[in-house]
Amino acid sequence: MTFVPWSFEACSAHSRARGNPGQQSAGVRGPWVPAFAGTSGDEERFNLVGTCFRRFALAIAALLCTAIFSLAANLPALTGRIVDQANVIPAETRSAIEPKLSELEAKSGIQLVVATVSSLDGQEVEPYANELFRTWKLGEKTKNNGVLLLVAPNERRVRIEVGYGLEGTLTDALTKVIIQNAIAPRFKTGDFSGGIARGVDDIITVLTTDASEWQKRPSLRLDSHETRDPVSWLLVAGLIALVTLLIVSPGFRWFFLNVVLNILLNSGGSRGGGGSFSSGGGFSGGGGSSGGAGASGSW
Amino acid sequence: MSRFASRMRVTVAVVLLGLSVSACGYNNIPTLEEQAKAKWADVQNNYQRRADLIPNLVATVQGYAKQEKDVLTAVIEARAKATQIKIDASQLTDPDKLKQFQDAQNQLSGSLGRLLAVSENYPDLKSNQNFLALQSQLEGTENRIATARRDYIESVRAYNTELKTFPGVLWASTAFRSNKPMVEFAANEGAQTPPAVKF
Repeated sequence: MTFVPWSFEACSAHSRARGNPGQQSAGVRGPWVPAFAGTSGDEERFNLVGTCFRRFALAIAALLCTAIFSLAANLPALTGRIVDQANVIPAETRSAIEPKLSELEAKSGIQLVVATVSSLDGQEVEPYANELFRTWKLGEKTKNNGVLLLVAPNERRVRIEVGYGLEGTLTDALTKVIIQNAIAPRFKTGDFSGGIARGVDDIITVLTTDASEWQKRPSLRLDSHETRDPVSWLLVAGLIALVTLLIVSPGFRWFFLNVVLNILLNSGGSRGGGGSFSSGGGFSGGGGSSGGAGASGSW
Repeated sequence: MSRFASRMRVTVAVVLLGLSVSACGYNNIPTLEEQAKAKWADVQNNYQRRADLIPNLVATVQGYAKQEKDVLTAVIEARAKATQIKIDASQLTDPDKLKQFQDAQNQLSGSLGRLLAVSENYPDLKSNQNFLALQSQLEGTENRIATARRDYIESVRAYNTELKTFPGVLWASTAFRSNKPMVEFAANEGAQTPPAVKF
């Protein structure tokens, strides 16, 4: 948490300078310049503002932390390829399915995860599955090739949620067929492990039948724009100039350090805020996402 | 030599100024704006996807339930109306335009719901493979629409919040004076629940 005062202090200093043009002499263009020319005379006032914001920032950060935790508490943690919160998958089924799932990922990079939940928290199965999928970030980040088979035995709802990258292979119609033919009839008779095992088999069959399909499909998704920047000599020149300047001017050194720290700590802060989940069991999502593709059913 | 050094100093100072200004959230407003626009494109795409499915659905139903002419024409008309209204990313700040779009799509949802309800009365139709596939596609599309809408609403909220809160408000009142808050989707009840699809 120590980074908060730092970044905020620096930030408030700049914004103070640029936010109140009235305090500056009229006609100064680019009102933030004085802040950087900032001599030590101004520092006391900055510190005062800094302390004020420091408290404020800490309070906000504390609030945010509690918000994030309470939000995440409802969803089960991604502890492996099979997350059996509702406790309906016996050990032998688990050990039969698990190798298939890891083999699928080894072969194609596709992360297929089976989850059973004891409650949908009063939500419909569709938004719940989507939220769970996005929290777990199934599939590779650039390919979005994850699939989630979600079973809620208490609500009698099942859903196959498909990542963006597999929408063309594992279509809505196909997932519906799998649910209707392979999963729902077995669930109806109380045979959860049979339904899940058969559903997983069918999903894997669909995903691996046409290899050319799933290999080229994900690259069509526009999310994965991998623009390779040309190795710019400009950047190199800038670096050299920077180093030279750092050596030449002590004032600049101080300023540079200030700015770099500011940037580093800021980015560190936002990264900490993003999806934080424990990768228990050596398995974690690859950063994929989904947008509500797939099908759901009940029995 | 010294002139060169001072010039370099100015250049690098400008570069660093840019960096530190961006660290203070200068980039947030344009970034969030672009994100919201992209999410809108997603919403519109998914509605378009639904509209594209409808002719096939209508044709299939027609084969089995010719006498339901009223329902079928209502769907076709609602679809024609809904596809006419397109919202450019720059019009997202216009509540009237968004309401028009919303109303047209809601009307289409309503008539689609009736069509699916009516088709319950035709056992042959209900067991037709083509119809089943179309139904599940339609269901999936409704679901995607719901997700895309949720994402859009979320990103608009982030953007509007950035315009009103510190430090974004400073930039909004200086550098990005022309940026107006975007209209959040007024999610009405009818649009929240997709047409019920029974099997």
